[in-house]
Amino acid sequence: MKIKIENRALKSEELKHLERITGEVPARCYQCGNCSAGCPLSYMMDYPPSQMIRLLQLGRIEEAKRAESVWLCVSCMQCYARCPKDVSAGTLFEGLRHLALREGKDYRKIKELDMPFLKGAPQQALVCGFRKFVS
Amino acid sequence: MKIPYYPGCTLNTVAKGFDLSARESARTLGFELAELEQWSCCGASFPLTPDNIIGLTSPAKVLIDAAKMDPVVTTLCSVCYNVLKRTAETLAEDTERQKVVEDFIEERYNPSIEVLHFVEILRDRIGFEKVKEKVKRPLGGIKAASYYGCMLLRPFKTMGIDRAEAPTVMEELLEALGLEPVEFPKKIECCGAHLAMTREDVVAKLSGDVIESATGCGAELVVTSCPLCQYNLEEAQSRAIEERRDWKTVPIVYFTQLLGYAMGQTEGVACFDKNRWDARELFKEKGVGSCQG
Repeated sequence: MKIKIENRALKSEELKHLERITGEVPARCYQCGNCSAGCPLSYMMDYPPSQMIRLLQLGRIEEAKRAESVWLCVSCMQCYARCPKDVSAGTLFEGLRHLALREGKDYRKIKELDMPFLKGAPQQALVCGFRKFVS
Repeated sequence: MKIPYYPGCTLNTVAKGFDLSARESARTLGFELAELEQWSCCGASFPLTPDNIIGLTSPAKVLIDAAKMDPVVTTLCSVCYNVLKRTAETLAEDTERQKVVEDFIEERYNPSIEVLHFVEILRDRIGFEKVKEKVKRPLGGIKAASYYGCMLLRPFKTMGIDRAEAPTVMEELLEALGLEPVEFPKKIECCGAHLAMTREDVVAKLSGDVIESATGCGAELVVTSCPLCQYNLEEAQSRAIEERRDWKTVPIVYFTQLLGYAMGQTEGVACFDKNRWDARELFKEKGVGSCQG
């Protein structure tokens, strides 16, 4: 597969912004794949954690932002626990969620949630879900 | 001995049995869980992006109020514990963010506050030996799986309640109560957490795998410290029994329900009837749980 790497994309303002708000440096990752192996959600993800980091390393932040993986990560921190380079993929996922949420782009609308869930679920599920999915 | 106690929103509502059985257990063991006079929700998720300082203010306010009573605060819910402990570490290490939070709340933050999980109090301040002495209803012969999930353990550098990949603290407590701990592969895996809101299918798979991993190793009971894990596991089990005839159902209980019950609390305090699968039926079947002395 051919991938075009552009200097402009590697130095994009948005990528710098993501690094600034997360405090993470994707370039530190050497792609061992431990994060993806440990991630309980990688089986469902279009790009598992190590591939998401690879996208960022190649300056393809737009593709990373569009990935469904961003909304599947539950911040369980298994990726970070297993990383030999101290890179937190979970924090980068949170940063990518925030790029959308801070522009007001909600992943879920509260009015779309079904009533039995709202009535039966523990409060912490609602509070946490709203924080992760709603701006 | 009084220990400031932060119940959190879920223990005040749907997980009332978790709260009541812990308070009563503390009394039996000679200390009091003194609920903070005022508290708010911790936010139920630690803000991972360091520039999201507003997310630190709610747990910081809880820590400020607790520190007025004692430099220690305890909690039961794994998520509250995770959020409070990570906030305490962040604010103690980062004076700049501490200052911003202080200016916002308009109160001084005391960086010496220590956040302890209730099980840490039992292990380090009371001792499991003393717990064992108080047992009146030994739950011998019941095979119990301790499901830790994520929040008690990770990130390990901050949380460190026990060894990250192979924790045993819950098993030690269960052993003191007379239960037989079962080792199972998925004891530190995620249940699906807040995906309950968006992806029931994923939660059913992850939580279902956790239960199957436990029952596959012989567990008759799954023990947790997190109301969201408890909910997700019960939801997954409800779904599984509809779809699979061979599914073996197990009660999903909080560790304090077993603790209190073993120490002789009345059944109303443990609230087993609030769980979808009542553990008392298992006790009856096994012929355990009758009060001795």
